[in-house]
Amino acid sequence: MTKLATTKQITLSHIDKTYIVGEKPLHVLNDINLSIEAGEYISIMGPSGSGKSTLLNMIGLLDRVDNGSLVLEHTETSSLTEEQRAKLRRNSLGFIFQNFQLISRLTALENAELPLVLAGIDGSKRSKIVTKLFESLGLADRLQHLPKQLSGGQLQRVAIARAMVMSPKILLADEPTGNLDQKSGKEVVHVLEKLNLQGITLIMVTHDHELGARANRQLKMVDGVIVSDTSTCHEKGTKNEVA
Amino acid sequence: MKWRDSWRFSAQVLLRHKARTALLSFAVAIGVCSVLLLTSVGEGARHYVSKEFASLGSDVLIILPGKKETSGGSIPFYSTTPRDLTIQDAQAIKHLSSVKSVAPVILGTALVSHKNKSREVITIGSTQGFLHVRNLTLSHGRGFSQKSADLAESICIIGAQLKDDLFGRDKAMGQWLKIADRRYRVVGILEKRGESLGLDMSDMVIIPIRSAESLFNSPALFRILVGLKPLQDELVTQQRILSLIKKRHDDEEDITIISQNAMMSSFDKISNFLTIAIGVIASISLVVAGFLIMNVSYISVSKRQQEIGLLKAIGATANEVRIIFLTESALLICLGVCLGLTAGYTLTALFNQFIASFVLIIPWWAALASGLMSFIIGLLFTWLPAAKAASQDPVSAMRGN
Repeated sequence: MTKLATTKQITLSHIDKTYIVGEKPLHVLNDINLSIEAGEYISIMGPSGSGKSTLLNMIGLLDRVDNGSLVLEHTETSSLTEEQRAKLRRNSLGFIFQNFQLISRLTALENAELPLVLAGIDGSKRSKIVTKLFESLGLADRLQHLPKQLSGGQLQRVAIARAMVMSPKILLADEPTGNLDQKSGKEVVHVLEKLNLQGITLIMVTHDHELGARANRQLKMVDGVIVSDTSTCHEKGTKNEVA
Repeated sequence: MKWRDSWRFSAQVLLRHKARTALLSFAVAIGVCSVLLLTSVGEGARHYVSKEFASLGSDVLIILPGKKETSGGSIPFYSTTPRDLTIQDAQAIKHLSSVKSVAPVILGTALVSHKNKSREVITIGSTQGFLHVRNLTLSHGRGFSQKSADLAESICIIGAQLKDDLFGRDKAMGQWLKIADRRYRVVGILEKRGESLGLDMSDMVIIPIRSAESLFNSPALFRILVGLKPLQDELVTQQRILSLIKKRHDDEEDITIISQNAMMSSFDKISNFLTIAIGVIASISLVVAGFLIMNVSYISVSKRQQEIGLLKAIGATANEVRIIFLTESALLICLGVCLGLTAGYTLTALFNQFIASFVLIIPWWAALASGLMSFIIGLLFTWLPAAKAASQDPVSAMRGN
């Protein structure tokens, strides 16, 4: 694994991605260039099929780029093996999905500790980490509950706990409030923003303009292209159009 | 991922799908159990026949009149010989240094009767040596003396069954019975023993060799049984007997010598081979169980695509996903093997409890081999579904594609 000297946490240069649908090529990402610094709060918005989830999957190393380069945490990822990519995902990235992606037969505690299990952390240490996280997320009394016994907001908070157990530097959220009612959605966003304030880079894909507007930096995508990259300084109330 | 966590993770899956787990473990258990039961029949048969041979006495040579020859076809036959084996031949063999005892045998069937009861039984003419060579013991009375053999005394030893049939609860010792048209006094009763290689020792009568000569009106011997002294080289003794008889029969080699130990060893080899063959045939059911496991594993992989996708998304390597599925299979097989072994040993114990005449014995290697084979087959047959799971793309898997 080659470590590159760069001040950026994530750098995407000339990224292309094409899927073959039937026999026709579908260009999902076209020449994406993006740099993200540590601790940024970014929302990616755009209509369905604009490529925002694909972009998030590329940054999350869930999918491979066709062309271009993706540097994540000073590591050029295009030359990594599947095993190296999996370990980088495990150690540096946290994922939050719209439909929570919890395993129904496992308790909340067991679901949340899965990345620690994969990393080979001891049971007692795992339990301590998860319990502490659950306390901070208001889930202390839900450790032994199965997913079917939890509300939507609680399920997403368990998923956030799972994303956070490895203390990742980057949190990737794909429509984190998409399956939640307004109140639960607000709670989840509040938790994510709190994590961002602690220095974790938060990249969130959303359809919700109100939610997207809360981010310090808002990317808008249309047809696989970033059409606008807006930085907002909430404290000062200013907006910067960069694209 | 630590092994302990991998086992725990897989155990949770198996506990979650109880019916599937039970059915697949039963499939493996049936395979293991059938291997155990069938090989136990083979091993039991081998043990039974070995015991029968042993009960007839070990270190025994059997001399038959006629030479085993092959002519034309592939089946060996015993040629007829102008010279019969005689009591004198037997007496000459007795003088060899490696020979412990000799029993010349004349065999026939005769009507044996006492009062109004009668029946046709095997009648053996021999000497006291017969009891020694054939490991027979008397429950009552005595054997034949040298004098009784030489003088053709009218005495007999009867089997326990024959005693019960002819005398019932009455005392048989010292009583007279008729064999054909001659009267014999019972001087001994054989101890109860079952059949030995088809010859029911409890349903026969033994008379002195000279008496049998006269009863059947033939001096020709059916066999000469030779008991060897301990630690004697059988082959050397066989050669000595061959040259002795050859000298006595005008330089003609007209006898066949069979070694009981060699027969036993040949039978042992054949029955061992048959037991293994039976085991191999029975293990086909294990292969069938393997196919079942593969089929169900494929279904499991396609049903758990989202889970596989999630595991890969949160950092599971392809190898870790593969290990999760292989561990599940290993646990399932472990359960099946334990069930199969328990069922196999319980069923054989029950059989042995109720049927005493034939003992089922599970060979140690069958238990070991069926367990090992189950693991090898199970893991081999899960390899492809596990590899399919390991190669899943996380994004499409999470979408359930």
